[in-house]
Amino acid sequence: MSVRVDWRQSVAFTGTVIKYLAFAMLIPLAVSVVYGEDIVTFLASIGITVAVGIALERLDDDTQLGPREALLLVALAWAAVAIIGSIPYLIAGYNTESTLRYPINALFESTSGFTTTGATVLGEISLDRHSHAILMWRQLTQWLGGMGIIVLMVAILPEAAVNGAQLIDSEAPGPELQKLTPKIAETARLLWLFYLGFTLLLVALLLGLHYAGLAPNMNVYNAIAHGFSTLPTGGFSPQAESIGAFSPAVQWVVIPFILVAGTNFALFFFLLRDEFAAVFEDREFQAYIGANAGLAVILWGLLFSGSAPQLAIGGVTEGAMENALRQATFQVASLLNSTGYATSNFAQWDQTAKAVLLFAMFVGGSAGSTGGGVKIVRWLVVLKGIRRQLFTTAHPSAVKPVRLGGRVVDEDVVQAIYGFTLLYFLLLGLATVLLSLDAGRVGLELTVFEALSASLATIGNIGPGFGFLGPFGSYLAFPSTSKLLMIFLMWIGRLEIIPVFVIFTGAFWNE
Amino acid sequence: MYVVIVGAGEVGSTIAAGLAGTHEVAVIDIDGQRVEQLMYETDVLGVEGDGADIETLEDANIRKADILIASTDDDETNIVTCGTANTVTDVFTISRVKSAKFLRTWQHSERAFGVDHMVATNLLTAETISRVVGMPAAQDVDTFADGVVQMAEFEIPADSPIAGQTVREADRYESLTFAALIRKDDVVIPTGETELCPGDDVVVIGSPESVQTFASEIAPAIDGVRNVLVVGGSDIGYHTARLLQDRGLTPRLIERDHDRARELAEELPKTTVLESDATDREFLEREHVEDVDIVVAALDNDEKNLLASLLAKRLGAERAVAVVDSGEYVKLFEAVGIDVAVNPREATAEEITRFTREQHAENIAIIESDRAEVLEIEIDSDSELVDRPIRESVRDLPEGVVIGAITRDGDLVIPRGDTVIERGDHVVVFVDTDVLEAASNKL
Repeated sequence: MSVRVDWRQSVAFTGTVIKYLAFAMLIPLAVSVVYGEDIVTFLASIGITVAVGIALERLDDDTQLGPREALLLVALAWAAVAIIGSIPYLIAGYNTESTLRYPINALFESTSGFTTTGATVLGEISLDRHSHAILMWRQLTQWLGGMGIIVLMVAILPEAAVNGAQLIDSEAPGPELQKLTPKIAETARLLWLFYLGFTLLLVALLLGLHYAGLAPNMNVYNAIAHGFSTLPTGGFSPQAESIGAFSPAVQWVVIPFILVAGTNFALFFFLLRDEFAAVFEDREFQAYIGANAGLAVILWGLLFSGSAPQLAIGGVTEGAMENALRQATFQVASLLNSTGYATSNFAQWDQTAKAVLLFAMFVGGSAGSTGGGVKIVRWLVVLKGIRRQLFTTAHPSAVKPVRLGGRVVDEDVVQAIYGFTLLYFLLLGLATVLLSLDAGRVGLELTVFEALSASLATIGNIGPGFGFLGPFGSYLAFPSTSKLLMIFLMWIGRLEIIPVFVIFTGAFWNE
Repeated sequence: MYVVIVGAGEVGSTIAAGLAGTHEVAVIDIDGQRVEQLMYETDVLGVEGDGADIETLEDANIRKADILIASTDDDETNIVTCGTANTVTDVFTISRVKSAKFLRTWQHSERAFGVDHMVATNLLTAETISRVVGMPAAQDVDTFADGVVQMAEFEIPADSPIAGQTVREADRYESLTFAALIRKDDVVIPTGETELCPGDDVVVIGSPESVQTFASEIAPAIDGVRNVLVVGGSDIGYHTARLLQDRGLTPRLIERDHDRARELAEELPKTTVLESDATDREFLEREHVEDVDIVVAALDNDEKNLLASLLAKRLGAERAVAVVDSGEYVKLFEAVGIDVAVNPREATAEEITRFTREQHAENIAIIESDRAEVLEIEIDSDSELVDRPIRESVRDLPEGVVIGAITRDGDLVIPRGDTVIERGDHVVVFVDTDVLEAASNKL
């Protein structure tokens, strides 16, 4: 048996993933039929997707993936779906004024979708300029990427379940794989069921508001579109004003679903089994809720006392109890777990309020959620690790395991978390410098703060940054080289860096 | 009574020797030589074989037995032996185990594994240590009647305020009884005029509060213990640290093995585990051993325990408690400077003896290597004590019996001359071992 990596296997399996992506395109196809636009675009896209998928599948017919092939597969599959996902944008944009007619822009938009980043390069988000079907495809890419395409593959494909634990471990956010059931396929299915359930619940509630007369513009299309991008912590919206386009009632309903999206989905499994203690005693959950509540209260105070001017989107918050609370809670929840929705143009807020939001962007969601960023659990372990370091400096012979809510964290995991966190910040700094340099090369005006926010928003899969990259802004102005860098950041950020970086090492390919 | 003991190791032999005088005893051991030797030393029936084998048990006449005591060195063997015996007879089974995990399972479900009573030696030892740590001046502490009554044994230090006083002068406590003095090797039942000499051991029985007050009175220098250092991460060391941290203390524990230290640190969140050799002088100084109130030596070897305790005391530790596996070393250890030597076998013997008493004692404490015992007895209609004032009934009891405390429906009743003991009362009595038989029949 050869020890070397059998890349053909990984590529062939990627073909299978692509083939199944064609099924997902049936949804925008249906939308295009309903609205009578872009039918050909999606028929052609499906044709190309199936052809590419089947062609790649033929490379190898052995479906028994080894551990290294599995790692390669995950990285390849995510790159491949992003490329395939850009096909509808290119076809629809052909010979129009759409910014997505350029391949790099299309790839940026597609990657941003699948990685649930939510950063856009659309010149103008509007249903007049783009078809309902294209904008629905943009929403759907986020929904597919949220719980993970590989998790979905493991859930539905028996051959993927063989090495399912390895596959899911490289894809799912968080330091450790949490298996809920003895069979990994069962776990994957459960995760997707929770995900689907919450999505359907949100869509139903939004429609309920619409028919109750509390949300006039939340029609069926908008309800489904936002259902697709809330649970994956995505942030895309077919509305240029994001959730700000809707009534306060809609905004209040969306907030708890954003919070759910950043929660470890395993906790819902425990809830289902009536193990409430497991949920409420979970340190990460406590910290997640605590961070959201704490930052929201601080921001509420700031907004109430006049940290934001009167804005076209977001309105008056100074002295307005309800609006200040709503804006604070929504923006903190949205940026903390990397969703990227907005109900106010926070890029216009004052420095103090923006600092609170920047802090929230560093936190990230929970492990096992659909959120991006560093993740709460890693912060907890890093902080406890530092505390231990201080203690053992004073008492060199002391043996102190790192504990999280009474459970001991394995030393290997602690090491991996240190490594990840360090790499994350290293890349963040490096990307900030590169973006600044690249902007200077083409004469784009970019402050260091904006460059930092752009690099944080892409590697953390958050979406909006500050300055002209604000919640209603666009990444269109960046030069192509910068866009390629950000595509790379989104890709490795979604897969949590290490599983991607490892395939660029010699040790991965050699014996 | 007919008792079958499986395992003729130190514990088994000790129990056998203790019971052979008054009961019929059969001892099973896999080692033929040991069985033979025991038969010459003690008046027992010896059976060579595997106690978990039903045929061996039959050879020891298990069907006739009232009690089976499984006391080999192997936990699993003991448990299986009890289960095996239960397949042919409903003998009362007692199993000795070292590991507390079996005890936890057994406590969950009554008669799990076919065991009627389980004695977890390491846990019992740790409990004894933790009681001694709670009252550092005491050499032995035991609780009775669900914690309402406490018994403690103190050595009177030379500089104690009560040294030289008579019992009448020293006994200023409403709910405390001076049960006995142990002077040299003799048990002295005190009267009001008995003088308390330095070096005497005094046994008091009373409410936990009064015993605690008395403890701080007798040795004012030893105040509340805060800083405890456990040396050795043996099972006993682990349980001791666990019990102490459950009481709100933050003990430190020294273990030299890397993997074991890590394991302990994972199990004991409130304990600071230090990976080092306890005989490393430099290390002990760096960790400020001079500030330690009490050092507990729980290594797996008596000599090392002695060395570690003495070194810690020399470096300034206030008091030292050491685990001593061999019973004959207890006196020796205490003579050379260990404040309290705890013998795991004694704790085990206390527990097992409870169940072999003809008059079923609720609880029992053995004082000074079985010089005397403190028993908790539920009074029934056959007792000499029932429905009579104590002043009258004590005349019928042998010399060497002191009624220490009475509990009625869970409340403490202070025994006075005119107190009338009722049926159902629990009486905690101090009994000199010499009159144990005679006293047991009357109580």
